[in-house]
Amino acid sequence: MVKGRMLQGARAMAEMCALCRPKVISAYPITPQTLIVEELSQIVADGDLEAEFINVEGEHSAASVVLGAAAVGVRVFTCSSSQGLLLMSEVIFNIAGMRLPVVMICVNRSVSAPLNIWNDQQDSIIMRDSGWIQLYAENNQETCDLLLQAHKIAEDHRVMLPAMVCCDGYVLPHAYEIVDLPSQAEVDAFLPSYDPIYKLDIDNPTTMGAFADPEKYMETRYMIQETMKKSLSVIEEVARDFGSSFGRSSYGLFEKYRVDDASTVVVALGSMAGTIKDVVDELRDQGEKVGILRLICYRPFPKEALYEALSAAENIVIMEKDISLGGSGAVATDMRAVFYGREACPRISGFILGLGGRDITVDDIKTTISKAQHQVADADFVGLKEDLELEGING
Amino acid sequence: MKITLGTVTHPGGSRVNKTGSWRTASKPRFNHQACVACDVCALVCPEGCIFGTGQNTYYANEDYCKGCGICAEVCPVHDIEMIPEAGEDG
Repeated sequence: MVKGRMLQGARAMAEMCALCRPKVISAYPITPQTLIVEELSQIVADGDLEAEFINVEGEHSAASVVLGAAAVGVRVFTCSSSQGLLLMSEVIFNIAGMRLPVVMICVNRSVSAPLNIWNDQQDSIIMRDSGWIQLYAENNQETCDLLLQAHKIAEDHRVMLPAMVCCDGYVLPHAYEIVDLPSQAEVDAFLPSYDPIYKLDIDNPTTMGAFADPEKYMETRYMIQETMKKSLSVIEEVARDFGSSFGRSSYGLFEKYRVDDASTVVVALGSMAGTIKDVVDELRDQGEKVGILRLICYRPFPKEALYEALSAAENIVIMEKDISLGGSGAVATDMRAVFYGREACPRISGFILGLGGRDITVDDIKTTISKAQHQVADADFVGLKEDLELEGING
Repeated sequence: MKITLGTVTHPGGSRVNKTGSWRTASKPRFNHQACVACDVCALVCPEGCIFGTGQNTYYANEDYCKGCGICAEVCPVHDIEMIPEAGEDG
């Protein structure tokens, strides 16, 4: 018998959020995150979660509310997407700088203009420099599993950094899948109540994130950078704990699928890995040594672990749903830096797929893999419509 | 000085963090020749770091003075001068 319930992704994420017992939730609805916020607001209104759900006039305020609540020393949750996340961005950086273990779900969506409500990962990728840990999920089960782990990682006294769990808009929160959610007792045993190092307290007044002149600011960035590096082992440790507590494996920094003897390895984040795994199986049946490394932890970027995992490959094929316009894909840029000046020097190609909800087909993936086996690509767009005339480009 | 996680500070931090180090070019010298104890220098000081109890007693606490020069500018008897940070010979 299959364990779990058939749930819409957003419902599963909201239930998992409630199981983590946040004391304050603040979020502003934005497509395609809205369902999660609606479900959470219902759960609180029904009295099924003892928490304050604070309605606000926008995402800047939502992020500010959870910042303040976390500073007072309670577990918090927020959730956003695309323009909403961008509106939060000032506060997103402040939360990290103030070392508050806020946890949020980013339902990945493209960024305007033009207005587009569909999935790519540009929104969270923009936040990669903020000091937040970023974990990307492949399916609804993993989004829930990572949400639970994110609280434990973020609140670990060796870390004390915020964490963002990213899931692909529509593809996950709107889809119905069987999700196995743990019991409250199991969650309580895995995730102890939040124990802040510092908190705002009228009996012991403090100022947080006040001011640092040129004699001190740089040290605060260094502290986060060093902590990010150290948090890699905490992320792995929490994933192992999760596996032994719930009997379901969690991959930690990344998942290797048929990678060990592969000469060509695809690297991707999020839900598109599901399709890529099917392509890998098909190509393996035809005798091609192909695998996929699905990156879960994008920040901190697990440089050494990736070098170890991929140094035997001849071709690394990065498929990503983001682009630093005028540069390259974010993941490809980071991956090239991993191998620069090292002994292993696989061919590293970058491809941009699925922007603004463009389908990523089996054929797209096959063509991309084949192309990368013959030439190095910097940031090649895959799946462009050839029949469209583009002013200033070909028209 | 310890930098805490999130630069959390406790009351009284300014006693440790002596911001007078921000002063770059000059600092006030109170001549104590013609002072009439009008208290205007203390009143206008944006740092609130000028103190005095009577004629020719005023001084700036250099641990916090930023050297803005407003005291010297407003002194009605021109008894305050801005001098180079390194001292009169500097």
